Amino acid sequence: MTQPPASASGLQSGPMAGLRVVELCDEAGELAGKLLGDMGAAVVKVEPPEGSRTRGYEPFLGDEPHPERSLYFWHYNTSKRSLALDLEGDEGREAFRRLVANADVLVEDQPPGRLAALGLDYADLREGNPRLIHAAITSFGRDDPRSLEPFTDLTILAGGGPVWSCGYDDHSLPPVRGGGGQGFQTGCHWALISILTALLHRGEGGEGGEGQFIDVSMHAASNVTTEAASYQWLVANNTVQRQTGRHAAPAPTGPTQLQAADGRWVNAGTPPRYPEQFETLIAWLGELDLLDELAEAPLLEVAAGLGRMLDVGRIGEDGAEAALLAAGRAAMTLLAARLPAYDFFAGAQERGFQVGIIYAPEDVIADPHFVARGFPTEVEHPELGRSFTYPGAPWRFGASPWAISRRPPRLGEHTEELLAELGLA
Amino acid sequence: MERALANYRICDFTGQLAGAGATRALAAFGAEVIRIEDPVNEGRWDILRGQPPYPDERRGINLGGSFNNHNTEKLGITLNLRTERGKELLRDLVRSSDAVTENFSAGVMKRLGFGYEQLRELKPDIVYVSNSGFGSSGPYRDFKTWGPLVQAISGLTWTSKLRDQPPAGWGYSYMDHTGAYYMAIGLLAALHHRNVTGEGQWVDMACTEAGATLTGPAILDYSANGRPTRRDGRPDSNHSEWPPMSPHAIYPAAGEDNWIAIACRNEQDWRALATVVADPWTDDPRFASLEARREHEAPLDELLAAWTGERDAFETAARLRAAGVPAAAVARPEDRIDHDPSTAAWGLWPEVTHTELGRVRVDGLPAHLSETDWQLKRGAPCLGEHNEYVFGELLGLDSSEVEQLHEDGVI
Repeated sequence: MTQPPASASGLQSGPMAGLRVVELCDEAGELAGKLLGDMGAAVVKVEPPEGSRTRGYEPFLGDEPHPERSLYFWHYNTSKRSLALDLEGDEGREAFRRLVANADVLVEDQPPGRLAALGLDYADLREGNPRLIHAAITSFGRDDPRSLEPFTDLTILAGGGPVWSCGYDDHSLPPVRGGGGQGFQTGCHWALISILTALLHRGEGGEGGEGQFIDVSMHAASNVTTEAASYQWLVANNTVQRQTGRHAAPAPTGPTQLQAADGRWVNAGTPPRYPEQFETLIAWLGELDLLDELAEAPLLEVAAGLGRMLDVGRIGEDGAEAALLAAGRAAMTLLAARLPAYDFFAGAQERGFQVGIIYAPEDVIADPHFVARGFPTEVEHPELGRSFTYPGAPWRFGASPWAISRRPPRLGEHTEELLAELGLA
Repeated sequence: MERALANYRICDFTGQLAGAGATRALAAFGAEVIRIEDPVNEGRWDILRGQPPYPDERRGINLGGSFNNHNTEKLGITLNLRTERGKELLRDLVRSSDAVTENFSAGVMKRLGFGYEQLRELKPDIVYVSNSGFGSSGPYRDFKTWGPLVQAISGLTWTSKLRDQPPAGWGYSYMDHTGAYYMAIGLLAALHHRNVTGEGQWVDMACTEAGATLTGPAILDYSANGRPTRRDGRPDSNHSEWPPMSPHAIYPAAGEDNWIAIACRNEQDWRALATVVADPWTDDPRFASLEARREHEAPLDELLAAWTGERDAFETAARLRAAGVPAAAVARPEDRIDHDPSTAAWGLWPEVTHTELGRVRVDGLPAHLSETDWQLKRGAPCLGEHNEYVFGELLGLDSSEVEQLHEDGVI
């Protein structure tokens, strides 16, 4: 079913060009359809006649609530066509069956049991299409009774591990859920990895094998996306404790998040350890006339002349080693306090120090590097008479470029053309 | 069970988690992932090699717990690319591989003589995936990052905080995991493209760009509505702005540092919560609608916190869920690894056998495939553990030649 990419059409150019995907998703799974669509797959989003739930999500363009003005829906539904179908009715179900019979992939986030009740589950669909790859994204997996319980992104991240590691040094403040719907997005990332794996296994054209069913658990996905929290327990039965702006750890570590002269925040990274780094620090402080203000300046000279890198492993046992590392940290802290955040970030990085600036999303799309690489992506909305800036490519595919091939679809915008394609018009 | 990717070979230079996590997923599905390490510094470019945590008293370059977790099911060889013979062997390996993967700083592979142009000369349809902080072009291409810095720069740290507090950020390298997921997706997609068209390519991934795609609605709210996230106490990520929900936060529970997350999606959830709480304050007109509850979020949170604060997090969350309200105790690692029937039934913490460490549990995969599921049995490779297999069986050297390579400092 997969066709060679029709590069002549210019419409869909990515690595997944020719792949036919049916998406039946709301907020939990619709990123999966977007990722495939922006990589060139032909994605059909099946929506109920009243529209996908996320069309009702804030923020709205101009704060006017309307199914075609949800910016939330816009972001997650680029490069898709919309087919409005009532799956509770016979006609809708028949159209869905035909659609899936001609598809490579079905990705859905329906509650367990719903598709089976409609006669549209994998067992039914594979009869008409043994090559189908059906990925089901649920909260706890298809066979876990907890998948029938209510959930949100917040409860997935709280119960799945990430929240335990995030928050502040002050443990009277609650732990923090990282923003942006990452519990749902992590499930979608794993849906993509497993769909593409199943696709490579199935193969292409006449020689290809069969499809299969993929069971994706958001709870499991969060559980294995916690880095040290999991392996510290698995390997050594250590429990990490949350800290402000840095890794949760079994034992406390020094702060890394600093407020710059303009009130914005930076991450000072790891303190300098090499003699040449200390030399650079001394020179930078000198340029800014800050050496006299730093009580630890003489220690920087010592570290610069040490002839070897500082050994972080010796901090506990060796007072001198610890004092030299602390001097480097104090120098970075002073620089951050005296410079605007961007000047600290760019100045330090240009001098070889690994530091970061804490950007808001709106800062990212204005940053010169992101602009130079063309990350902010203009998408035309002809009926609104203008284009809008969307986040751009997660990858630069050299031979098969990523692209948003369509603005998000209006509700049922492609129903007629798709029903005609299926011979149902 | 059949392995989905048994016919794929990856020539793998990745390390830490941002890179190693990507090829780990392919190895779990049966790809032959050959990890290449520098014998001169014992593979220490990967700063996790030999580092804590450790399962017992032993220490050593092969005994690091996180390295084992991120490199299960891979093969490991040593190769000294400062030597001409080492480069020659790498060329042979590239010729017999489907893909080359790395997460060095941008430009390192080119300087080694193995940039995309050179790789393509060795194997025209090679897939080459590089994952660096800022990608191979643009003003910051030489800047260096690691997980927390990627998160800071891509907007993920800023969007993780409480009202009127500094950023809390992610208390771990979320973007090492997620950068690895994007790297795996890019690699698999490029392999698919090669299978369909016969064409290889370079996939240049900038981890900060992958991160910046993960706050999409906030970017659009700014670009379309001109509304920045830097305003009146925001962001406030325990509360829910999109879609609006209230109450929606993490509340204290009985005991030390115990917490419960509660989310009311709509009026029905709110009424169900009120029935479980069964206290007159839930009838307060300040809380009579979503708009009213959002307006009076502070007193609402305080009253709800007083109620949860006297109760067990797990029992209360289960009671609320039974009433139809999304709720979850904030799980400690031990709760979700050792006392969670769902992760146990999933088989989420498989035990691998490492040649020196013995048997150790690792992260499993959160997707089960009905016909070609993942499998994690072999621990991470010890330094040069598979030299004999790769140089001998794959590249056809006899054992005396392999021995000579060792003596010459090539492997």
